[in-house]
Parts: sequence; C-alpha cells; structure tokens
Amino acid sequence: MTTLAQSPSRSTSPAVRLPRLLAGIGEQPADLRWHERQHGPMPMLRRAERLIDVVEASGLTGRGGAGFPAGRKMRSVVAGPGSKVVVANGAEGEPASLKDRLLLSRLPHLVLDGMTLAAEAIGASEAYLCVHGIEEGLLDHLEYAMQERRAAGLDLVPIQVTGIPGRYVSSEQSAIVQFLNGGPGKPTFSPPRPHERGVKGNPTLVHNVETLAHLALIARHGDRWFRGTGSPSAPGSMLVTISGAVARPGVYEIEMGTPVGQLVMLAGGPFEPLQALLVGGYFGAWLPVRAAWPVPMTHASLKAAGGALGAGIVIALPASACPIAETARVVRYLAEENAGQCGPCVFGLPALADALGDLAYCGSRNGTVDRVATLLPLIERRGACRHPDGATQLVRSLLRAFPADAHWHERTGSCDGVGRSPLLPLPRDEDREGDFR
Amino acid sequence: MSVTLRVNPIACVGHGMCAELLPELIQLDPWGYPILASPTVPRPLADHARRAVQACPVLALLIEEAAGKHR
Repeated sequence: MTTLAQSPSRSTSPAVRLPRLLAGIGEQPADLRWHERQHGPMPMLRRAERLIDVVEASGLTGRGGAGFPAGRKMRSVVAGPGSKVVVANGAEGEPASLKDRLLLSRLPHLVLDGMTLAAEAIGASEAYLCVHGIEEGLLDHLEYAMQERRAAGLDLVPIQVTGIPGRYVSSEQSAIVQFLNGGPGKPTFSPPRPHERGVKGNPTLVHNVETLAHLALIARHGDRWFRGTGSPSAPGSMLVTISGAVARPGVYEIEMGTPVGQLVMLAGGPFEPLQALLVGGYFGAWLPVRAAWPVPMTHASLKAAGGALGAGIVIALPASACPIAETARVVRYLAEENAGQCGPCVFGLPALADALGDLAYCGSRNGTVDRVATLLPLIERRGACRHPDGATQLVRSLLRAFPADAHWHERTGSCDGVGRSPLLPLPRDEDREGDFR
Repeated sequence: MSVTLRVNPIACVGHGMCAELLPELIQLDPWGYPILASPTVPRPLADHARRAVQACPVLALLIEEAAGKHR
C-alpha cells in the first residue's frame, strides 16, 4: 500500500478548512523553514501552564486509540510530585495504520513543536520521541530535524529520539516507560500508571504523536479554532488510514464525525463489492457494510455501533474474501506478539488462533464456533494490558457480523475466499523483531 | 470494611494454591491460572482470602482492605 496524503477536496461546510495537519504536505520531508512558512513559528508561551486550559477547552482527545481527553491527561501529570517527563509515542504498532509514520517522516516539526510545547506546559525538563528502532531511516531523519531545531534555538526542552523494539505490545504506554527505564519493552502491572510514576519514577505524559501535532496547532490558533471542525462532542480533525478494496488507499485527514461510508468514498470508493468494514484496526471490530456506512467516526458512535475508533483505521473487506480466514491470520499474529507475561494471553490467544484456524480451514467439526466462543471469556480482561482484550473484541465482532459464514464453515469446511491472497496487512516476517530490548 | 482481591497476571505462574484455599471465589482456567468470580470478598470469607494471599508462592494474589464505605 502506498502512503498518499490526501484530504477531502471539498468539505461539508464552507467554514471548515481541511487539511490542517496535512496542509501542504509533499513527497519529501518538510524542513524547518517550510514548516514555519506553512504554520508560522512555534509560539513562545508566556504563561506556559495556560496551554493546558486551552487544550482542555479544545476538547482534543488522544489520537493513539484510547481517546482520553488530552488536557486532562496533562493536568493529572502536573498534579504529581517532582520533575515531569514527556513521551511522544510514534511507535505505530498497528500494522494497518500509517498515519504516525507519515507525520514523523514528512512533518516532523509539527510533532516536535507539540512535544516542546507540551513539555513547557507541564514543566517537563526532558522528553523522549519513541519510534521503532528498526526504522533506521526514520531515526536518522528525526535526528536531522533535531539538528535544525538546535541551530534555530528551538530546543527549549531536550528531546531524545529513541528506538524501541518493534513488537506489537512494546508501543503500549507502560511498555515504553519500562523500556526507557532500562527494562524490557513489555507492559507492566498497574497501578502505578505512567502519569503517576513513569520514566525514572517521575510523572510522565505519554501522548501519541498525532495528538501532539494537533496540540502544536492548538497552541498557535486556540481552542475555538480547533472546534471549528468536527462535532461539539468530538471536535477537530483526525488522521485515518484506509486500506483494503478501495481505489486510493492511504492516509486522510477528516473531520471527526465523518461517516464511515464517506471515508470509503474519499479513498476512491470500493473497487469490488464489499461485505464488511474493519473499523479501528486489530483492536477494533468488523461491521457489516450497511451498518457501518452511516456511523460517524467518533469514539462514542462507533462504540455504540459495536466497534471502536482506535487509531482511525478502516479496512474494506471485499465480498470475495473470507472474514474468518482473515481474522484467523490476525489473531495468530496477535498471539505471536504477546509479551509472554500473562498466562491467559500466553495460552489463550494461541488456543483462540487454533480454534479460528480450524473453523476457517478445516470445518466439518461440530462445535468449532462454540469452541471459539467459549475461549473468549477465559481471555478477556485477564491480562496486565489490553492486548488480549483487543483480540477477543475482534473475534466477538466476527461472530456477530458473520454468524452465517461461521456456521457455514463449521458444517462445510473452507470456502473459496480462503484461497484468496490475504487482505489484512501484517508485517513481513523479516521486518518483525523477536526481542523486547 | 471491604476486602477485594486482585491477581497480578504478570507475576502469576499458575501454582493454583489460591484456588485450593479459596474455591468459593477462585477457579482455575484450562491453563491453571486463577479466575476470580468477583473481586469483592464477602465478609465470612475474608480470613480465607487472607490465607490464600499469604500462600501464593510468587505473591501474585493481592488483597486490599479498605475501611468504611469507600472501597
């Protein structure tokens, strides 16, 4: 899949001006001069802590998947004792998401502005920008951006660019904190949470890089500007990654609350008849096309529809593909990506992947659907992190969206779609890492 | 006085002592790891719960005893 950065050519309301983050984006990384011409210089904060009020008033929520109010998170870090730390999470663990990589590789100064401003607002004296260590090109290129900022005197807070393990669970915030503290990049048992006790034991603000990029623009233009797009309960714009059977897969900037179907059309529409959409990535949910089409892209609406917004991932499943085989592959991947820590995840996810694989490829074994369903409550909410819950939510949505397919497989065996080349993106074996350190 | 139990799933390696000592609240899953029926421990079981917590060889069963109505 190629990364195209596009935005709606015409917006739904004339007052709304998108793109914001992706405005003027080109094929090459934007240097500091271009960045300042496009967005204006990074504002100097006279009363830095005021920025927290502005972020809170803007209604910005975390763009990494959980959707927690960004301002409130900053406030909870400020409330803690001692010196503070900012961590920008740019280690995009979701194989179907490309937006964080796009931001970091083409528009690094938006993220670095956001980190600097957030650090000033909460009074942090150090900051870490975490990306996958395996992406050496990206690390070099971020170092170059840091040099530009040092030369321009914009290094108000020292930012360390850090490569973390490329494991799926290593980008979970407690795993990042443990890694930065010298341990393995594996989630930890909480509490304490990073905002209570994080890097070097200090209260730590972990924000997704897109969240920080929005913060950089909110600091320039204010909360009312931010609320000028999106809906009152879900303001602003967001980056989404659309893939699957659409004509122009890629990263798009949309208004929060844009209907799912409009997104599919924005990406050129389907090139094959569709049967379902996977919304929210591998921690999200399958939704039948007709059910998903009108649902606004917000946390609340997608949750009500049985899905999740996650990091803004939409994958269009063509009618010719087998959702059960596709899900079985992803669950196998998630099983392999467990941290090896919590029993229910270590043993439960492989068992779930086996059961799904049997259902997809072998069938003819009565009770396979039941076997899958019985495993789910044995796995859910029993890990230290939400890794196992993401997998079970995906499988629950599979059984909900495709009950007839599941039972057909159970009776009959594999379908024609099983032989089709895999659709859901997974990292290539050679790009995967085994180590957590 | 309310007593609640929690498992630290990272520390737990499935010795199963807790299920032995507190079968009223703890069962083992197919892989030998504890499943808590409910985190809240009814008063008559509080002593058994404390004993189960002490018996865990890896200290993975955690007990929280809060006075008053607030947890």
